Amino acid sequence: MSGRAAAAANRAALLRDARRERMRLFGLGTPALLLVIVLMVIPVGWLFWLSALADDGSLSAVNYLRLVALPSYRRILLATFEISAAATVLCVALGYPLAYTLSLLPERLANLCLLGVLMPFWTSILVRTYAWLVLLQRHGLVNEWGMRLGLWQRPLELVHDVTGTLIGLVHIMLPFLVLPAYGSMRAVDRECLRAAASLGAAPMQAFWRVFLPLSLPGVLAGALMVFILCLGSFVTPAMLGGGKVIMVANAIATDVQIFYNWGAASALGAVLLVLTGAILWAAARLAGSERLFGGHGG
Amino acid sequence: MAADAAPPIAVRGIGKRYGSVVALDDVDLDIRGGEFVTLLGPSGSGKTTLLMVIAGFIRPGHGSLTFGGAEMVRVPPHRRNLGMVFQNHALFPHMDVAGNVGFPLRLRGVKGREAAARIAQALDLVRLGGFGARRIGELSGGQRQRVAIARAIVFAPRILLMDEPLSALDKQLREQMQIELRRLHGMLGMTTVCVTHDQREALTMSDRIAVIERGRIAQVDPPQRLYEHPATRFVASFIGESAFLRVTKQDGFWSLAGRRLHLAAPADLSGPCLLMLRPERLRILAASDAAEVNVLEGIVEDVVYQGESVLVQVALAEGSRVGVRAGSASGAMAAIPPRGAPVRLALDRADTVLLADDGGAS
Repeated sequence: MSGRAAAAANRAALLRDARRERMRLFGLGTPALLLVIVLMVIPVGWLFWLSALADDGSLSAVNYLRLVALPSYRRILLATFEISAAATVLCVALGYPLAYTLSLLPERLANLCLLGVLMPFWTSILVRTYAWLVLLQRHGLVNEWGMRLGLWQRPLELVHDVTGTLIGLVHIMLPFLVLPAYGSMRAVDRECLRAAASLGAAPMQAFWRVFLPLSLPGVLAGALMVFILCLGSFVTPAMLGGGKVIMVANAIATDVQIFYNWGAASALGAVLLVLTGAILWAAARLAGSERLFGGHGG
Repeated sequence: MAADAAPPIAVRGIGKRYGSVVALDDVDLDIRGGEFVTLLGPSGSGKTTLLMVIAGFIRPGHGSLTFGGAEMVRVPPHRRNLGMVFQNHALFPHMDVAGNVGFPLRLRGVKGREAAARIAQALDLVRLGGFGARRIGELSGGQRQRVAIARAIVFAPRILLMDEPLSALDKQLREQMQIELRRLHGMLGMTTVCVTHDQREALTMSDRIAVIERGRIAQVDPPQRLYEHPATRFVASFIGESAFLRVTKQDGFWSLAGRRLHLAAPADLSGPCLLMLRPERLRILAASDAAEVNVLEGIVEDVVYQGESVLVQVALAEGSRVGVRAGSASGAMAAIPPRGAPVRLALDRADTVLLADDGGAS
């Protein structure tokens, strides 16, 4: 066979190989794709469909109009965002120093401590929330000791309101902030801090101008995760809020369980989903998506 | 940007231990103001530790360090006012080139038009004019190196420290940057301390080289002095290629395998000594014999063509092996005997160096 003929034959064969390889990769992705369609796309589509149906089964915007018209729904949405934002801020305030300290420890010790951070995941949220109820109630451990030590005179209202909800949420959400924050802090090149010092930066200046900006992607990713998980929280406000804290998920449950109003519940769910999506999109635009979701942009 | 009166650096009895490992063993070193000194040594010799002590990142166990007479040993790094170039550049990935170079200026309260002018000037000096808006991720290794240098000199520090500044670059770029760093040092004249394990880099750039061996300074001398008159076998073998022949003193004369040696300077050493043989200082001898010349006889083992030169491996009669470097000009090539042929090598009297036999492995 001459070289030219062989090249022509190879050309066809190479194209065939490339096509076969693409098909094989697509085949590998198929189960995941099916899973996403069955578990995500169809239910969400169904949710939107239900939310657009009136009680008599006709297409209408009545469910959404009610969300706008009734002040109680607006209050619930507002409270949901306020509590989630507060929990996120508290998580950052508590989690950043923790992750920073961990990132300074030798790696083996840090891994051990991270295990401690993750340990709460071994127990269900329900059990942990009950534990807080026991600890924080009027005659719980915290109040008993606080009064015995003379820190306060009368039992504090630590639970059955926003305070209890926040304590519970922060406790549950902290690992979601600490883990990505720790990851991005570990990835910061310590030589950069030395460089900053050699160029004249005092330790605090080096922290603010070099370490903090370099650790920010992980912290932002963690904070966003905490915020979004908080938006959908149900158990914690239900148990520690004492009926005074109603977040969107609780309102949905009420709509379904008490009023059997699937349309109203679906509309609330759809609004929450769209708002969450909008926040994600805005955060990605603000921070640059590769910094938020893809580690290092540098 | 010229550093006004670059201060001398004095290192006195600096010691540092890590557990039972002695990293620095009472090091004394005097660096003159405006001098370019390279710390040269194998990895683990303590050269980087010494640089980090000067920079302030490692606290020595004892000793004194002064810049222009002022004691520095307890001054934190950010108050030492020295520029430093790090091995992996350590550029700030969240800032662009101008942000990196302007960083030390911002810390010193230099703002606006003056800062911009000084950033531009520093970038021009490292031949990166107009690169200010580039992101660090967009730069090549050589360009990052230049940014790191610009950042270290933009605030006109009187002292510049460099930790293996060129090790991340490929050979061609490295050689180009060596010349560049020499030029910069000539222009700015700051007292410069550079760490490297690359002897050629040290020879090219330095006013003086300090060879460090196991936490001690083995020799401090200008490049030529160091190369031609190494103080110890370690220095001789670390700088340049060399072979060593054991020589003995008989009746007051040094001789090699019974043949009397013509030495440049009478070595006031006793006991067995080592004759240092550098490949490029040996000549393949034609028939005629000059008087003041030392002759070694052997057999050609291999002839390696290396472009600018030819390395001839010769097995000497008494068993050692030496390399001889010959030029690759066609005349010189023709004079090289073929493999397996006997050969006579000449070592000029002026090129003889005798070292104490400190018992190191050969």
